[in-house]
Amino acid sequence: MAIWIEEDAKVLVQGITGKQGMFHADKMVEYGTNIVGGCTPGKGGQTVDLQGNSYPVWNSMFEAIETTDADATVIYVPPPFAAEAIMEAADAFDQIKGEGVVVCITEGIPTLDMVKAVAFVENRPGVRLIGPNCPGIITPGDGGGAKIGIMPGHIHAKGRIGIVSKSGTLTYEAVAQTMSIDEGQSTCVGIGGDPVNGTGFIECLAAFEADDQTEAIVMIGEIGGNAEQEAAAWAKENVTKPIVGFVAGATAPPGKRMGHAGAIISGGKGTAEEKFEAFEAAGIACARDPSELGAVLLESLKAAGLR
Amino acid sequence: MNIHEYQGKALFKQHGVKVVEGVHCTSVSEALDAYDHLQSKVVAVKSQIHAGGRGKGNLYSPGSRDLVMEGGVKIAFSKEDVGTYSENILGNILVTKQTGEEGKLVNHLYIESGCDIAHEYYLALLVDREQKSVLVMASTEGGMDIEEVAEETPELLHKLNIDPNAGLLGYQIRDLGLALGLQGAAHKSFGKMLKALYSLFLKEDCAMVEINPLVRSSDDEMIALDAKVSFDENAEFRHKQWDDIRDLSEEEDVEIRAKETGLSYVKLDGNIGCLVNGAGLAMATMDVIKLYGGEPANFLDVGGGANEEQVKTAFSIILEDPNVKGILVNIFGGIMRCDIIARGVIAATESLGLTVPLVVRLAGTNVDEGKAILAASTLNIHPADDLAEGAQKIVELIGGEV
Repeated sequence: MAIWIEEDAKVLVQGITGKQGMFHADKMVEYGTNIVGGCTPGKGGQTVDLQGNSYPVWNSMFEAIETTDADATVIYVPPPFAAEAIMEAADAFDQIKGEGVVVCITEGIPTLDMVKAVAFVENRPGVRLIGPNCPGIITPGDGGGAKIGIMPGHIHAKGRIGIVSKSGTLTYEAVAQTMSIDEGQSTCVGIGGDPVNGTGFIECLAAFEADDQTEAIVMIGEIGGNAEQEAAAWAKENVTKPIVGFVAGATAPPGKRMGHAGAIISGGKGTAEEKFEAFEAAGIACARDPSELGAVLLESLKAAGLR
Repeated sequence: MNIHEYQGKALFKQHGVKVVEGVHCTSVSEALDAYDHLQSKVVAVKSQIHAGGRGKGNLYSPGSRDLVMEGGVKIAFSKEDVGTYSENILGNILVTKQTGEEGKLVNHLYIESGCDIAHEYYLALLVDREQKSVLVMASTEGGMDIEEVAEETPELLHKLNIDPNAGLLGYQIRDLGLALGLQGAAHKSFGKMLKALYSLFLKEDCAMVEINPLVRSSDDEMIALDAKVSFDENAEFRHKQWDDIRDLSEEEDVEIRAKETGLSYVKLDGNIGCLVNGAGLAMATMDVIKLYGGEPANFLDVGGGANEEQVKTAFSIILEDPNVKGILVNIFGGIMRCDIIARGVIAATESLGLTVPLVVRLAGTNVDEGKAILAASTLNIHPADDLAEGAQKIVELIGGEV
């Protein structure tokens, strides 16, 4: 089953005529994602060539969803316009289908724009926002699958490990670690490194817990905020599947933003140590070195009788 | 992005948040003129740096590091006092709890009229990550370290979240004012201020506004006696005026240059430089270096699509730090292809004449081509297959114990 995104999900690309949008749309098609077209206001009626095939462009998300019955959209729109792109997609999905997945890759959206956009999406309960400032979501299939984002598709394989992470490349590292012990992934979700974002850890854990295909979970956090601590406490009560965790930023100095807008220890709060402790208290098996995630996962699978 | 108190207060004034009269000065003579201009018997002479704890900080001479004066915020009762304090502050180093031992050079002063204080409060607005909304925090315990208040007497710290759709509501303002024990004119004055602050927070794309202390004057007016304002850098594109108020002397020169080339760099105290793609992986690389007995010299994220030129800039920034005894490159190629990184690493090491040991770990897209390019070079580059091996190798190469 996988979570939220089926292997054959119909996907739109917002900002498909831009450099980033076109580049990644092409990579998604190459991977096997069922791209059904894109949206760029003012460029409706044009087509975009991806992997030798022609894809339609619409002026609005309402038009695009009406026509294609898309299940999801991925946003590669520059920061000044990204929050509005999220809201346009959410509104269109809500009005036309009552549901839909909005994946926002854009980095650098003003925080107060996201406060507004998240509140807007939360008023449309059927719509799920993933990101922003994230690698996206991927559900590997048997030959292809649904890659909605910027992650390198070829490192993945279909399997039973669910991965959720705030970081991009560190997620790829986690994927490679599962592959090193011959395990594939059900779905990998990058929730993003911004202080205010859509889907959080807890929603991912709940979905993985409910998903038949997923048998174990890898959760990658980083310094800043307390989403990891809350997720750990929630998991202790609600998740029966084994969870393996890592938190980046144990050596980060306080008060300094470490690349991601949200990765900052403020007022002594949100340290990696605090998060590791919360993980351990919740029975999450921790790796202190991401190169050991595979080994720790293997141990956990064995302990659960899954290997 | 942080700004100075005097800039924050100018913004307050502009948005209708009550402050007392003050003058920004950069010399002793300006400070003396300011005293005459303000016509206030008592004035505060305040050091302007981007760090808290100024009042309890100490000023040192930049050359000898001799103590010049205790306290970076002084109350002056005469023009003479203003002269003495300004002299002691400007051009000297202020060390506070937040600056670290090296302290900060003070180039700016704020001379402010005195104020008749009945009580000191604390008020702050910031973005609440968990509630995904703007949070107001207020306390009757003004002038104190608010983290201590939160820790020891949490019942004295009042919080309210603002619904982004509904905005700041009348009952929320009333209830918060009552929780602070405010009545009559003071309660009304507080409401006016809070509304103005929320509007400022949104219009100016603030990350935080903190007023400590917020004071109630003897005639029941609420006045912002301090102003700590920081902006959300993501919103820079719609605030061109920030260029004019940004004090570059408060920021690390090398961090600014890194940002200009699309790199994210933070200097640390260790001796192993690192060059990584992705913020999370860059942090993890630092952590693993430490785990294997080394000390990272920096955080450096070259981003998702770095080119050869950026890799070269990244190397030169790392090598500017004289403490760097070795470098670990850790790339998980996604969009970024390992062969391109390998070529960039070779070009950079050749043109910069790299002499310190270099360990390169490549994984992901085109990893085999990347590794082959490195192996074929005559340069002294040590390959590693995973992060742990990379960290162990670089720690050994610089003579540390793994």
